[in-house]
Amino acid sequence: MRLVHVATIFWMALVGAVQAEENLVEIGDPERGAKMFKRCQSCHQVGKGARHKVGPHLNGIFFRPVANFQDYKYSKSLNAARTDGMIWDIEGLSSFLEHPKDVLPGTKMSFRGMKKEKDRNDLLAYLRQFSDNPQDIPEAAPTARKVEVELSPEILAIVGDPEYGEYLSSECTTCHQVDGDYDGIPSITQWPTEEFVIAMHAYKVKQRSHPVMQMMAGRLSDEEIAALAAYFAELE
Amino acid sequence: MTLNRRTFIGAGAAAAATLSAPMVMGASHGKPRVVVIGGGAGGATAARYIAKGSKGAIDVTLVEPSRSYYTCFFSNLYIGGFRELSSIAHSYGTLAAKFGVNVVHDWAVGIDRDAKMVTLAGGAKLPYDRLVLSPGIDFVDGAVPGWDVSAQNKMPHAYKAGSQSELLKAQIEAMPQGGTFAMVAPPNPYRCPPGPYERVSMVAHVLKETNPTAKIIVADPKPKFSKMALFQEGWANHYEGMIDWVGSDFGGDNVEVNADDMTVSIDGEVTKVDVCNVIPAMKAGRICEMAGVTEGNWAPVIGHTMQSRLDENIHVLGDACSQGDMPKSGFSANSQAKVAAMAIRGALTGSKVFPAKFSNTCWSLIDTNDGVKVGATYEATDEKIAKVDGFISKTGEDADLRKATFEESVGWYAGITSDMFG
Repeated sequence: MRLVHVATIFWMALVGAVQAEENLVEIGDPERGAKMFKRCQSCHQVGKGARHKVGPHLNGIFFRPVANFQDYKYSKSLNAARTDGMIWDIEGLSSFLEHPKDVLPGTKMSFRGMKKEKDRNDLLAYLRQFSDNPQDIPEAAPTARKVEVELSPEILAIVGDPEYGEYLSSECTTCHQVDGDYDGIPSITQWPTEEFVIAMHAYKVKQRSHPVMQMMAGRLSDEEIAALAAYFAELE
Repeated sequence: MTLNRRTFIGAGAAAAATLSAPMVMGASHGKPRVVVIGGGAGGATAARYIAKGSKGAIDVTLVEPSRSYYTCFFSNLYIGGFRELSSIAHSYGTLAAKFGVNVVHDWAVGIDRDAKMVTLAGGAKLPYDRLVLSPGIDFVDGAVPGWDVSAQNKMPHAYKAGSQSELLKAQIEAMPQGGTFAMVAPPNPYRCPPGPYERVSMVAHVLKETNPTAKIIVADPKPKFSKMALFQEGWANHYEGMIDWVGSDFGGDNVEVNADDMTVSIDGEVTKVDVCNVIPAMKAGRICEMAGVTEGNWAPVIGHTMQSRLDENIHVLGDACSQGDMPKSGFSANSQAKVAAMAIRGALTGSKVFPAKFSNTCWSLIDTNDGVKVGATYEATDEKIAKVDGFISKTGEDADLRKATFEESVGWYAGITSDMFG
């Protein structure tokens, strides 16, 4: 098993090197792409120490089979694409970024799409840096955003009551679709609990700007936020 | 009639506490039965949440005459050409197939509160342990002199969506160049407070494209209205000189219409018009009166549970009830339905009952990508449903924010309709 694994990495590195030579120059402007990536950062991390957040981390995304992390919970749609053998090549990434819901209907990625080809190319050029030279990733600047609100360990440690969360969630589901579908209001289904708790507290202290969410979060106690996080994290 | 609020009375006090004591119905007739009358934002949501939450332990019957339900919310966007009528039509198939709701397409024509029995127009009788009334609105007879429902084909209200919306849209499109559209706006309280003014905006949007010299005149019995500053700013920006709003300070409350002559008299001044959209004063859907749960035009309820103040076995939701501070809106009805569903499940099966929470947001479209919103959160007190906190869009917001607000409203529509119909 170990041998196969190493061989796979070696093969992927080779493919990467060849592809890099072919594409690295002409994909786009990675510096501008770093700015485009700000739009992705509330859900995705890339670079040193990147972890799965609301979305999976994006290190090594190029030429990775779709929905390939075992420690991340993908939508049915992406799991089906993996079964079909879909690979994240440049064309696939670009068309997905252009209109996520058309390419993979049922994705829980709440992003309306990046319409301009140049924007996509620059973004991909930026992401490519974290795929072409995996050995360089430790040197790359971490792009993980600093935590939005500093929460005490006690608040983060609260274990939410999913049953209470289910009742409270009925206030959320007037707008946020339970099945994770996205039509203009983001999906909140299956978010990691910590991300959920941090986001809600960020609204509560008005660090995030949306007035409806500030109002909704404003009257939730720490326990209620934890209960909602616990409920939505496990929602199928 | 004395009302025993049982275990719900303290619901506001203790956070997250389990307040219900099992009060399971006697075994004489097997499963407890809930009948829901009206399949809109209140009724459909209540039926779904009771059925879903009880997992088959409660027998839920939904009585709704229409097989295809047109949401009133977003029907103005249909009039403005932003939505197809079919996109606001919904059926009850999922409620029946996935959640086991027994959907009956018929009119409820009688309620015997002593026997706890609903009679349908087709003759069937439905016994209940709890009855949910969510019939929406009807119009107050004689509210606008010269207009009654027999005039609705000439002067449509279009305040129940569907064929009336189609008729009004067709009339607007058939207006002669430079013609006049009149609206008679309703007095408070009424369904969807910003609705008439969003409609004026949508009519202006259509006329600006196809009939730019046409005029819009609004006779309003009120001195001010919901989101007034936002609408008036938008009207000045997008439809300059087209809309003449006549509030009660200028005689807008002294109106008479004549459907045969197609004239509107405002404070004695008679105008010949091409389209006249009459939105009369409203009252609770007639079945509430028949059930004897109204006081005046509306059915008073207890905020903690949405139970009628006149019959503890009946819950009244949405536009038909009077509850306190919440506006009459689809969002409010959906929010109230969840509180009622929880209370009913608690009473009939002993499931947990949590303190009631309510919220509402109303989005309105003024012109393409120019959306605004107003919203608030609410809690139940012993007297009423009371406002906790709120917000409203500001005048002078930039175009990106207004566009985002509109896109959010489209997302909300998808959200609430999937929350209602499954």
